[in-house]
Amino acid sequence: MVAKKGNRGGVGGEDAEEELTRVPLQAILLADSFATLFRPITLERPKVLLPLVNAPMIDYTLAWLESAGVEEVFVFCCAHSKQVIDYLENSKWFGQPNFSVTTIESYNATSAGDALRLIYERHVIRGDFILVTGDTVSNMSLTQALKEHKERRRKDSNAVMTMVIKQSKPSPITRQSRLGTEELFMAIDPNTKQLLYYEDKADTLKGTVSLDKALLIDNSSISLHNDKQDCYIDICCPEVLSLFTDNFLTISTYVVTFQGLLVDDIMGYKIFTQEIHSSYAARIDNYRSYDTVSKDIIQRWTYPLVPDVQFFGNCVTKLERQGTYRASDIGLSRSAKIGPFTVIGSGTTIGNYTEVSNSVIGEGCIIGSNVSIDGCYIWDKVTIEDGCKLKHAIVCDGVIMKSGAVLEAGVVLSFKVIIGQQFGVPAYSKVSLFQQPVKQDSDEELEYADNSSGNIEIASISNTPEKLEEDLTELSDSQIQAASEVGNGGAGFIWSISNEDGNTLPPSGELEPGSVNDSDEDVRDDFAHFEKEVEATFLRAVTKTSKKTMLSYNLTSSDCAGALFYGMMKLALDTPHGSSGELVKNVASVIAKWKKLLKYYLPSLDEEIEVILKFEEMCLESTKEYSSLFVQVLHLLYDKDILQEDAILNWASEKEEADESDKLFLKQAEKFIQWLNEASEEE
Amino acid sequence: MDFQVVVLAGGFSKTLVPLVSKEVPKALLPVANRPVLSYVLELLEQNDLKNAIVVVEGESAALLISSWISSTFVDRLDVEVTAVPEDVGTAGALRAIDHRLTAKDILVVSGDLVSEIPPGAVAAAHRRHDAVVTAMLCSVPVSGPSDSGSSGAKDKAKKAGRYNIVGLDPTKQFLLHIAAGAEVDKDIRVQKSILRAVGQMEIRADLMDAHMYAFKRSVLQDVLNQKETFQSLRREVLPYLVRTQLRSELLLNGAQSEENGNGKDALQNSKILLSQLLANASTPSFHEIYALGPAGSAPILRKTHKCCVYIANKSKYCARLNSIQAFSDINRDVIGDANHLCGYTFSAQNNIIHPSAVIGSKTTVGPQCMLGEGSQMGDKCSVKKSVIGRHCRIGSNVKIVNSVVMNHVTISDGCSIQGSIICSNVQLQERAVLKDCQVGAGFVVTAGSEHKGESLAKKEKQ
Repeated sequence: MVAKKGNRGGVGGEDAEEELTRVPLQAILLADSFATLFRPITLERPKVLLPLVNAPMIDYTLAWLESAGVEEVFVFCCAHSKQVIDYLENSKWFGQPNFSVTTIESYNATSAGDALRLIYERHVIRGDFILVTGDTVSNMSLTQALKEHKERRRKDSNAVMTMVIKQSKPSPITRQSRLGTEELFMAIDPNTKQLLYYEDKADTLKGTVSLDKALLIDNSSISLHNDKQDCYIDICCPEVLSLFTDNFLTISTYVVTFQGLLVDDIMGYKIFTQEIHSSYAARIDNYRSYDTVSKDIIQRWTYPLVPDVQFFGNCVTKLERQGTYRASDIGLSRSAKIGPFTVIGSGTTIGNYTEVSNSVIGEGCIIGSNVSIDGCYIWDKVTIEDGCKLKHAIVCDGVIMKSGAVLEAGVVLSFKVIIGQQFGVPAYSKVSLFQQPVKQDSDEELEYADNSSGNIEIASISNTPEKLEEDLTELSDSQIQAASEVGNGGAGFIWSISNEDGNTLPPSGELEPGSVNDSDEDVRDDFAHFEKEVEATFLRAVTKTSKKTMLSYNLTSSDCAGALFYGMMKLALDTPHGSSGELVKNVASVIAKWKKLLKYYLPSLDEEIEVILKFEEMCLESTKEYSSLFVQVLHLLYDKDILQEDAILNWASEKEEADESDKLFLKQAEKFIQWLNEASEEE
Repeated sequence: MDFQVVVLAGGFSKTLVPLVSKEVPKALLPVANRPVLSYVLELLEQNDLKNAIVVVEGESAALLISSWISSTFVDRLDVEVTAVPEDVGTAGALRAIDHRLTAKDILVVSGDLVSEIPPGAVAAAHRRHDAVVTAMLCSVPVSGPSDSGSSGAKDKAKKAGRYNIVGLDPTKQFLLHIAAGAEVDKDIRVQKSILRAVGQMEIRADLMDAHMYAFKRSVLQDVLNQKETFQSLRREVLPYLVRTQLRSELLLNGAQSEENGNGKDALQNSKILLSQLLANASTPSFHEIYALGPAGSAPILRKTHKCCVYIANKSKYCARLNSIQAFSDINRDVIGDANHLCGYTFSAQNNIIHPSAVIGSKTTVGPQCMLGEGSQMGDKCSVKKSVIGRHCRIGSNVKIVNSVVMNHVTISDGCSIQGSIICSNVQLQERAVLKDCQVGAGFVVTAGSEHKGESLAKKEKQ
């Protein structure tokens, strides 16, 4: 905090002109990924503090930022903010010359968008900044990227962002990249490197990538990529922050915010890409990438961010043969075998005939005899008794494995779990002292539960570390007897495997070679495409209206209908049109297309009236273009059987009582209503 | 070379009315005073492809073309002219001559192609990858009357026409996506399965399908038989082949012994490929990698086929005579920038005036002009960037700019013709003014009349 004050004072003293010439390079580090992939571990400790080859992840990110010439870092903390702040305050990052770290705390941010908005409100960002998450490991030099970004920016003020990408071809089986991220489809202009299309979390049913035809008007060629990965390192202009205050974004993942930017080309903002070839950049956002990046660090791809280079307050570690790193003060039995690519932290003792390979073992661990450890990540102060077998597992701080316990591949043991004697933990299970939160409908709500009220257990964690300790002891006391879930004398609950697991393979259906490549692919494509589009339109509409309903999600069908209708009209408006006549044509075609869907949300007259009201509102507020076409569109809706005449008449009678000012459209529609009245009389 | 050449010469194209007539089918339209078909046939002759089947829509057109070919190419080429019913489309035409196709590969060339790109290059690209189809792509021609001598800015202002949207692999050897016809104006939809297999795809809008294809015969016949509704090679057959390249339904009938051989030692084959991959010795195409199936799983050999492209060098001339605009463009280019194509020798003034042509006093014939055999011109005429056919009689004070005048045309005194096409036997009476017009064969333009941007033709006698 001292650093922050000092810096502010300094800037205030300088005059504006000088500030223009030299703005310190700033970075925003999001110390919260707003995702739940590392649960249950992240229930107790924030992800950025999880050790990666015996050093907290955030240290890697900060070390890289420092080496890349960043002078001010704003660390945005949300979940477990206290722990992050405590850690940073006691670390050497505070009080470094030419490198200031400032923390920004928030309890209610639920997405990266929220975070950026909050930072915008603080007015601390003065120039171009680097946006990263606290789980980024990289050794890339920013000089070139920054230079190009600035050059583009000079030429085109709409070039607000530069995104770093890297070659990485997803596996044909899992459709995941080496880092366990979903496959990503991007379209890039080969000359300007502008990003034109971005699709991750791709709908596997949809067999095609659909690019807007407008893209080819300006460029005669486009590169489509499936072999690149987003490094989640972005160089942004301050405008990006303001963008999030203007656009109401609630979609919670980090990436989607960018998609939002791309979709929103009304403002004409452009995102560019910068591909790195030789340097390293990766983000850890699931267990697979944790494993991959750890191995990369051990194998020194991330140099200088490797265990034997002291970039943070680590104790002396030496590199030995076969990529083995050993701290100076370890107690290693002569008969123990340390295999290749292994890191052993200080103060750890390893017993007789124990074999360790391809693993990371933290500080102060006690490992018994005849233990076999392969491909595991064992954090600090773990006790592994004799004869245990561990394979490709993550074992958190303070875990006790009683003798003879076996961990199958993919097991995650959260903090202080005790595994009973001879107990075998089934593959890919996650064990925690906390019970799995009740399964909720969507990921999003799970996060809300995490961040606001929700589950009591979880809420208690975010309070204070002391409280946490109490909780833990309490819990373990009460559970040691009861917890038969993890063997005799064990403590912990086995979480059921959910599909969030980054390690599991996708459902076997995808593996069948024929399944995606059916001959009727195109037909299905069309359908899937249709559905997807509805969803997107609807989603967009919902996000807008939910501004009022404040995410209550208790939308009735009339709300849905209203929102959907809004989306449709917006779509028609966004389709290029020259005159109002063309606009009406657009509306007609959009209505013809989505009629069925809209009809689905119109089970009764009330919903239909809602649609009319919604339209009226639109004409008045957001899309004034329609105001002159009100009757025409109304007539169209009637013709297409979307609105029954009763609905229109009811609306008219409802409006009769309204203020004079409110009757604007009623008057416009007078003739039409009269005609309807007469028609119904004739019948 | 085991290639069989099929020239699709079309019939009486409707888009070229009024230029085509009962006497002049599309293939015989004059480009620098010789039928457009002769350009393709000479290209074949130069490349030593001396056997060709010329497929013509309609009996009458076939008769006209065959008599022209037999008179012109006697002793030079062994050409068979075959008539097929009208409006069967390009795929239909090939279907009709199915039984005549015997060679391993078939080279299909459109009869309206004016190009200097050797078909041999396409054939070589085809053979190199053992592709089922190889298409030739050329740069989109800049249409409009502006010659390339004009500034680039002007060309830019003129929106280059869009004919195809093409997806290529990074090596620019394989065709991964193609949109033709009406699809070009829709959103681009690229198959993910192909994109996944290849990793990176380049989408181009500045390339045009030149309508010269090399097909594997067995595949072509399979497709034509299986998909009876397919009418057009360009719009249906080629996109179909491209679309299905990673899930080939072809070749399953085992038409080829070679393919069968492949199937037998699939396992061994895949092992070899795998070792190649590991050794990084040569990089197999993505088709082969994909066909191996995902690494580690049992090698299910997936059926794939390759669609290749040959991209013509930008400096090579390549155009198709498929519209009225293209007709005047090609005539202009063949006399102008691409004059090596027309096969005439140019005079010092960079024009061609037949020795038997008669030119009056004070008449100027500018560069990039052509005056055919036996044509006569009166006094004080001016001809710029135009082609004038045989036995035309042109009066005095006539101005002809950027136009094509076919044979036996009579132009009376004081006429002015700009940017127009005058077909054979047309009569222009005194002081007729034509700008950007097309005048059909035998039409009479009355004295003193002025026309702009019109299409004039005699009422067809039914």
